[in-house]
Amino acid sequence: MTAPAQQGAQGGHMLIAIAGNPNSGKTTAFNRYTGARQHVGNYPGVTVEKKSGTAHLDGRDIILMDLPGMYSMSAYSPEETAARQALAEERPGAIIDVVNAGVLERNLYLTVQFLEMGLPVVMCLNMMDEARAQGLSINVPLLEELTGAKAVPAVARSGEGLEETLRAAVELAETSGGRIPPLEISYGPDLDAALAEMEPVIREAGLFAGTYPPRWVAMKFLECDRDMLRAAQDAAPEVAARLQATADKTSDHLRSTAGVDAEAVAADYRYGWIRSILRQGVRTEDEQKKRIDFSDKIDLVLTHRIAGPLVLLAVLYGMYFLTIEVGAYPLDLVTGAFDRLQAAADDLMPAGPLKSLVISGIIAGVGGVLGFVPLIMIMFMLIAVLEDFGYMARAAYMMDRIFRIFGLHGASIMPFIVAGGIAGGCAVPGVMATRTLRSPRERLATMLTLPFMTCGAKIPVFLLFINAFFDENKTLAMFLFTLAGWGVAMLAALFMRSTIIRGDAAPFVMELPPYRWPTAAGVLIHTWERAWQYVKKAGTVILAISILIWAGMTYPGLSETEEAAYETQKSALEARLTALPQDDAAKAAGYPDLFQHDPAASTVAKDGKASAPGSTAPEDKAAPGSAAPADKAAPADGTGDAEETPRERIEQQLAALENARAAESLRDSYAGRLGTALEGITAPAGFDWRVNIALIGGIAAKEVVISTLGTAYSLGEVDAENASGLEQYIQADKSWTKPKVMAFLLFTLLYSPCFVTLTVIKQESGSWRWFFFSLFFNLALAYGVAVAAYQFLGGLL
Amino acid sequence: MGEIISLCDLKKGQKAVIAGVDVGGEMGRRIRDMGLTPGVEVSCVGRAPLQDPVALRFMGFTLTLRNREAGFVRVRAS
Repeated sequence: MTAPAQQGAQGGHMLIAIAGNPNSGKTTAFNRYTGARQHVGNYPGVTVEKKSGTAHLDGRDIILMDLPGMYSMSAYSPEETAARQALAEERPGAIIDVVNAGVLERNLYLTVQFLEMGLPVVMCLNMMDEARAQGLSINVPLLEELTGAKAVPAVARSGEGLEETLRAAVELAETSGGRIPPLEISYGPDLDAALAEMEPVIREAGLFAGTYPPRWVAMKFLECDRDMLRAAQDAAPEVAARLQATADKTSDHLRSTAGVDAEAVAADYRYGWIRSILRQGVRTEDEQKKRIDFSDKIDLVLTHRIAGPLVLLAVLYGMYFLTIEVGAYPLDLVTGAFDRLQAAADDLMPAGPLKSLVISGIIAGVGGVLGFVPLIMIMFMLIAVLEDFGYMARAAYMMDRIFRIFGLHGASIMPFIVAGGIAGGCAVPGVMATRTLRSPRERLATMLTLPFMTCGAKIPVFLLFINAFFDENKTLAMFLFTLAGWGVAMLAALFMRSTIIRGDAAPFVMELPPYRWPTAAGVLIHTWERAWQYVKKAGTVILAISILIWAGMTYPGLSETEEAAYETQKSALEARLTALPQDDAAKAAGYPDLFQHDPAASTVAKDGKASAPGSTAPEDKAAPGSAAPADKAAPADGTGDAEETPRERIEQQLAALENARAAESLRDSYAGRLGTALEGITAPAGFDWRVNIALIGGIAAKEVVISTLGTAYSLGEVDAENASGLEQYIQADKSWTKPKVMAFLLFTLLYSPCFVTLTVIKQESGSWRWFFFSLFFNLALAYGVAVAAYQFLGGLL
Repeated sequence: MGEIISLCDLKKGQKAVIAGVDVGGEMGRRIRDMGLTPGVEVSCVGRAPLQDPVALRFMGFTLTLRNREAGFVRVRAS
C-alpha cells in the first residue's frame, strides 16, 4: 500500500467515489453528474475500466471516481481488486453508494462492507420510483439511524435527489476527513472471540494504520483474503504469522464443530445484520400493491423454451443487418472521403515515392481504420441498447449450456455474431464486444477464436472463388464456409481452454435485471467512449503498420534498367497517342497502387481495369524487356468492342504496360521476394508466389487479398466487389484446381487476423503475448488445414 | 416443513428456504455474496431452453445459476 496522498483531494479538487452493484443505476448517476466531462482509462495492470469525471456543485468542481460495479468487496474478481486498491490508494473523501431501493437487502451488503472499512458513505437510494410502484416504502431516517450513514432517496434517470446526494457526500468528506469510526457487527461467538484477540495485536503493530481499521484487517485474516494476507506478509511478517495462527485455530474449530468456513459465517452474519435492520421497520411492503411484474411477462416469451431461441436468432440477425447493411452507408461516406483525398493527393503531388507513401501507405492505412468507425459505433450502440434493456443477460442465460461445452460462456454469443458468426461481420468490434464477459479466461478464449468467423472482408474472396468454381450450389458453399468458421472456432476454444487458458469454468452467477428502457444519454456516451478509444489506440499502431507493409510491397522496386525499358515503351506509346488527330483527351494511365485497403472505390489508375484478361500471360512474368506487353496487348484488343478507336487501343496498351510494370515491381519487392521464398513452404498447400503475396498483404487487411492477386496477375486495379476480370482469369488458369481453391479458401478463412484485429486483441487482452499468439497460432492452424485439404482432395480427384 | 433437497432439483414455480451452501472458495463466496444464505426464501422462476442454467427469484431480484453451482445449495422445499 502506498502512503496516502492528500486525503480526498486531487489537484486541489475534492475527490468522491461512486460505487454500487451492477444494475443499480450507478452508471446512470455518474453520467448525470459528469455529462461529457469524463475520462476513461484502465486500472494499472488489469483491463478494468477506470472512469473519472468532473461534477459541478455550488460553484466548485468535484472529481468523481467511478468504481467498477460490484456485489461485494471480497477481491475475487479483477473489478473488486481494482476498486479496493483505488479506495486505499486514492483515498476519496467520501463514497456515494448507489443502492437499488427495490433490492435493498442485497445492495446493502456492499454498503456494510464500506462501513466496516471505516469509509464515509452516503447512500443514494436509487430507483425510488420503481420501489414505490412495487409497493415498497423505506423509512429513510430509521435506515440512517441504524446504519449510521446518510441516505438520500433518488431517481438517477430523472436526476431527482442526485444534487442532494452529492452535497451530502461533500459535507461528509469535509467533516470526516475521509475516515469514520468503522461499523462493528457481531459475527457470532467464535469469530467475535478471535477478532477480539487479533484486534489489539494489529493495533499495537500499527499494521495498515490509517488505511484499514484493525477489526476489518482481522476479519480479512479469518476470511482468508489472499490480497490482504499477502500485503500483511510484506508489511510485517511476524505479526502476520501470529494473526494467521489465531485465524487458523478459529477456522479449524469452526470447521470441526459447525462444519462451515469462517467466510461463510461472515457472509451469513452480514446478511443477518442487514435483515435485522430491515425488519425493524426500515422497509415495509404494501401487500395490496404487490407488483404485477412486467419483466416476468416479457420473459414468458423472451426466454420461452421455443420462442426464446427464435427471438434470439431474430435479434442477432437484426443486429447483424443493422451493423453491416445500414453501416455500409456511412462506411461508403468515409471511404468515399478517403478516395477523394487520395485523388486530390494524386493530382497535387508530384510522382515519386513520397506520393506513393501518402496515397497507398498513409491515406489507405488510416482510411482502412477509420472506415470501421461507423460500424463500430452502430454495433456498440446496439449492444448498449440491448445491455441497458436487459436482453444481453437473457441471451447469455439461454446460450450458456451450448457455449459451456467448449469452455466458453453464454455471454460469448454476442461477440461471435458481431465478428461474423452470421457471414459479414467484423472481428474488430467483435473483440471489443467481449468486454461484456466478466470472466477473464472465457473472455480471452472468445477473443482469440472469433477471428475464425467469416468477416465481411473475407466474403469477396469467397464469392469470387465460389462463383468461379462452385457453379452447382453457391449458397450452400458459402453457408458451409460459415459453418466451418464456427466449427473451427468452437474446437479451437475447447483446445485453448484445455491447454493454454486452462482453468475451471468461472461461476455463472448472473443477475437477470428487470427490463428497463435504455436512456439516450447513457447509450450515446457509451458509444462515443468506445469509438474514440478505438480511433485513438488502433489508429496510431495501424498507421505505422500500414506504412511498413506499403514499404514492403513497394521497395526495392524495379532496377533502373528495368524501369528504363518500361519508360521507353511508355514514351513510344505516348508519342503515338499525341500523334493522333484529337489529342485533348490524352491522359496517361496513373500508377496502379500496390497497396490498397479498399480498391473498390479507388479512383487512381481505374483505367487499368479495362485491360482484357490474357493481355499479359502469366508466363511473361520474367524479364520486362522481353515481355513487351504493349505489343502483345494489341491483338488482345480484338476481343473487345469492334468500335474501338485507335486512341482507345493505345490507351489500353498503356494501361496493360502499367499493369505489367506493377506486377513486375510487386514481384521484385521485399514482400514479393518473401512470397517467392515461401513457395518452398507453401507448395504442399498448392500456393505459388502470387497467392503467398496476396495472403501476406491480407494480414494488413483481408480486403487486400483480391486486389493484390489482381496486381500479381498484372490485371491492374481489381475491384473487390466486382472482380469479374480476375474471376475469368483464374477460372481459365489451369493451376487453380479445386484442391488448390479449397486450400486457399480455408487458409483465408482461418489464418492470422488482420492487423486491426490483432491490435485490438493486444489492447483488450492487455498483452502483446496474445497478439503474437493469435498471429502465429492461426497461421499454423490455417497452414495445417490448407495442406491437409490440398493433399487429401488432390489424392481424391 | 418439507424435505431437504438440492437447489437444482427445484421445479419451476416451487418455493424453498435455503438451508446451507456446501462449497467454499470463489464459488462459495460468489454464491453467498449474491445473498444465497441460510434462511432466505427462494422460488424457481424457470430454466433456460436447455434446462440449464436455472433462474431463481429471491430478495426482490432474479439470479441465474448453472445447475452445477445450484447443486451446492441445500434447500428445504415447501
